[in-house]
Amino acid sequence: MTDTTSETLHDVTVSVNGVRHSATVPARRLLSDFLRHDLELTGTHVGCEHGVCGACTVLVDGAPMRSCLMFAVTAQDHAITTVEGLCSAPDARVAPTGESMNPVQQAFAECHGLQCGFCTPGFLTTVTAYLDENPSPTSEQAREAISGNLCRCTGYQNIVKSVLRAAEIRAERAGSDVTTEEQA
Amino acid sequence: MTTQMFGAPIRRKEDPRLVTGGGRYLDDLGHDALAAAFVRSPHAHARIVDIDASEAIEVEGVVGIYVHEDLPGRVGEPLPLLIPHPTLTHGRTGYALAKDEVNHVGEPIVMVVATDRYIAEDACQRIRVTYDTLPVVVGIEAARSGELLVHDDVPDNVAAHMLQEVGDVDAAMAAAPHTLTLDLDIERSACMPMEGKGVYARWDRDRDELRMYSSTQTSTGVRAAVAAKLGLPLAKVECIAPDVGGGFGVKIVHPWPEEVLVPWAAILLGRPVKWAEDRREHFISAAHERGQLQQVTVGFDDEGHLLALDVKLWHDNGAYTPYGIIVPIITSTQLLGPYKPGTYRCEFWSLYTNTVLVTPYRGAGRPQGCFAMERTMDAIADELGLDRAEVRSRNFILPAEMPWDHGLLFQDGRPLKYDSGDFPASLAKLKQLVGWDDFADYRRQAEAEGRKVGLGIGCYVEGTGVGPYEGGHIQIETSGRVNVSTGLTSQGQGHETVFAQIVAQELGVRMEDVFVTTGDTRKMAYAVGTFASRAAVMSGSAIALAARNVRAKALRIAADALEVSPEDLEIVEGTVRVKGAPATSMSLGTVSVLSNPLRYAFDEAAQAATQFAGTFDPDKPPVADDEEPGLEGKDFYSPTQATFANGMHAAIVETDPVTAEIRILRYCVIHDCGTMINPMIVEGQVHGGVAQGVGGALYERMAYDESGQLLNASFMDFLMPYASEVPTIEADHLETPSPLNPLGIKGAGEAGCIPVSAVIASAIEDAEGFPITRMPISPYDLWELRRRHADGEIPSLHRLSRTSSKEPTA
Repeated sequence: MTDTTSETLHDVTVSVNGVRHSATVPARRLLSDFLRHDLELTGTHVGCEHGVCGACTVLVDGAPMRSCLMFAVTAQDHAITTVEGLCSAPDARVAPTGESMNPVQQAFAECHGLQCGFCTPGFLTTVTAYLDENPSPTSEQAREAISGNLCRCTGYQNIVKSVLRAAEIRAERAGSDVTTEEQA
Repeated sequence: MTTQMFGAPIRRKEDPRLVTGGGRYLDDLGHDALAAAFVRSPHAHARIVDIDASEAIEVEGVVGIYVHEDLPGRVGEPLPLLIPHPTLTHGRTGYALAKDEVNHVGEPIVMVVATDRYIAEDACQRIRVTYDTLPVVVGIEAARSGELLVHDDVPDNVAAHMLQEVGDVDAAMAAAPHTLTLDLDIERSACMPMEGKGVYARWDRDRDELRMYSSTQTSTGVRAAVAAKLGLPLAKVECIAPDVGGGFGVKIVHPWPEEVLVPWAAILLGRPVKWAEDRREHFISAAHERGQLQQVTVGFDDEGHLLALDVKLWHDNGAYTPYGIIVPIITSTQLLGPYKPGTYRCEFWSLYTNTVLVTPYRGAGRPQGCFAMERTMDAIADELGLDRAEVRSRNFILPAEMPWDHGLLFQDGRPLKYDSGDFPASLAKLKQLVGWDDFADYRRQAEAEGRKVGLGIGCYVEGTGVGPYEGGHIQIETSGRVNVSTGLTSQGQGHETVFAQIVAQELGVRMEDVFVTTGDTRKMAYAVGTFASRAAVMSGSAIALAARNVRAKALRIAADALEVSPEDLEIVEGTVRVKGAPATSMSLGTVSVLSNPLRYAFDEAAQAATQFAGTFDPDKPPVADDEEPGLEGKDFYSPTQATFANGMHAAIVETDPVTAEIRILRYCVIHDCGTMINPMIVEGQVHGGVAQGVGGALYERMAYDESGQLLNASFMDFLMPYASEVPTIEADHLETPSPLNPLGIKGAGEAGCIPVSAVIASAIEDAEGFPITRMPISPYDLWELRRRHADGEIPSLHRLSRTSSKEPTA
């Protein structure tokens, strides 16, 4: 397919999940479309394209941002983490288990924190960043933390539960790391 | 014995993939595809005078621009009317691209195909359509008046008029000691799955074969419809539902215009084409539901027993009726809930308006029916000064009276006959859970603190698992891997898990060895779809029957090989073994090897099945006359009628005395869907249903202006509940098995949302002391009702004029 657009193209270099990507994109290319269609990292989903639903949330230098409200060119030199980058599995389609998932992913799977799974990547990135700053939230705080993301399936109850469970798993893993270090 | 799988809260097999970004939804596929975008009508009712695409064709990257005139043969004919009904005398459907006239904002007029979506939308913006606008019909009152018409050839805007009557309602009403009339109003809402619709099609020109993917609730339905539209042999069309990001009803309608046009363009251009619906498109060109006006007249005796129930419904079906009149039929039949109406008449008119079409949304007419019935129950209780739960209880169909035939025809054209249910037990559990009998004390306490609180209740019965049928196919590979397929689709219900639980249990294999495929016409060509809370009942039963067939075959083969009787064998964790002598055994993988006599060995396991291996009886053929090669089994489940689940909800709400803000303090659910395959998943379904019900009760409405513009077609303006709006749900279950299917199960998918508007209305009414007849209700609405009540425009509940409230009675 030949490039038939007459738009001005811009060079952009973005680090995504620790890998540097250089590309040439139109100024209007949304970061969400860039991730999904140019880099083929389709774990980030687009539910509304006006920044309300939160499905497209990615971490930009560790902070949750709505990738449908950012242009790819504005991500220049920033480090993006998508849902694919939250876990250490080499290929997300090969179902990982236990430790290869991050605590939030593991908690969502344990607590039935998802049904159709479409909004889930946005919750996972949001909660991952939230727990970095608030490692032991109360149930009310957990609910507040997720109240910027829409889910149409779960009624949120098991997502709240997942946030609390993720905090536990983080603590458990941190504990076992300490033990390992002590042993070493 | 194998660990109990059926009935256990097993973690979902889907989730490791979905939480790591491994889901593959429609727009995650086809990175090489061309993109389609649509010019949609900005007018609610207009004639198309001219379409000028001359500027658009110059946009670099545009591959094709299509209007109705370009559509050949059946592609250009009206879309099918999927569910005809004798009373649907004036059914109308739209075209894939509008022909001459548009009947709602959002109707597709032009399709642009371009190298990417940005360019396709650039081109859409340069297309000039000239319209002659026509008078617009918005709202049920306007449609009912018949002054202006949506379709010139549909008098009074009436698509269908239907009446069902059981007993002599007029006589019973005339003789009734008490009568009441309620006028009720429910507004529109919509499914709003997080993923919109989407279609992706590839044409293989070497083989003249179409493969299409659709974010649908019925891949077999789409396949058949598209093959018919495009004039392709069914054998040359495959349809796959990939991961689907929620459905809730809207994706059962098919074929959507785009499901016809995208494959058509892919064939025409010989290139893959994809369309992914954006959120605004979903608001204005998918489907809505709920909108009804209702009038209930009820006759009852001094004890609150129903004697006559006379219901009139005016149902807004939007601009077209592709899904027939399923929604008002369900309202008119399921309205009866767990009660005996004495005599019953329901008459409805399904009316056209110049708005987005109306097709089932989770609950599918039941929330409206439940609202009508439960508002009536509360009104009777108030009229007689009785406890609201007691009035309900006095009208219950009792367990000993099951099966109960209402004498009506249900949505599947079959009798409305309840198979089972224990309504008194459900009510007792609910009263216990919410603390029904202690509420008066709680209210007094709250009032002393200057707070207004109310308690509400709602009961429903839901016909689930309607036919005609579903199938299950199971194949065990020589590795021991168990492949299961069923044709209906998944949108988050956890089918991979629950169907695997059934197979693990029935076959005696490990969960991790079972792999379930849904919604892929290559794997199972015969299927109906996922709607009406039917997947677990229909496919679950079919898969159980198929598993029993495979099990019997495995035991036959193993018995032969182990030289024992099949009755002496059991299957445990994938191994067939002699009961009491587990050392005499073989794996199901080995049985699979033996089931398929081979000429060629492709691996070590296969060698055992080749013609020079082992011993055999030279007088018998390698495959017995009544057998087939392979360790496979298939079966279909086709019930004579639906199975009826039920539930009862109660809520405590607080209304702010000043701002009229409404807060749900507690929300309690008793749910009976028969035997549960996976309680964790059932509970998840209930949570999600209640959340959608809360949206419908307090926040969501479709704000059409008088010109037919949808003013709130975005997530900024259409208020879907966030976590901050949904209460914690306290749920408990009753398991009254269905006698109708092999597993005793009933559907659970829609249950949660059905009574929520009724329950919240009941609770607000209880808090405020005046009738609530219109939902959803916003703080502004409530504030306005308070003003009208203070001005004497709205009467108080009777209970306020009594010296002491009789509720609750101990």
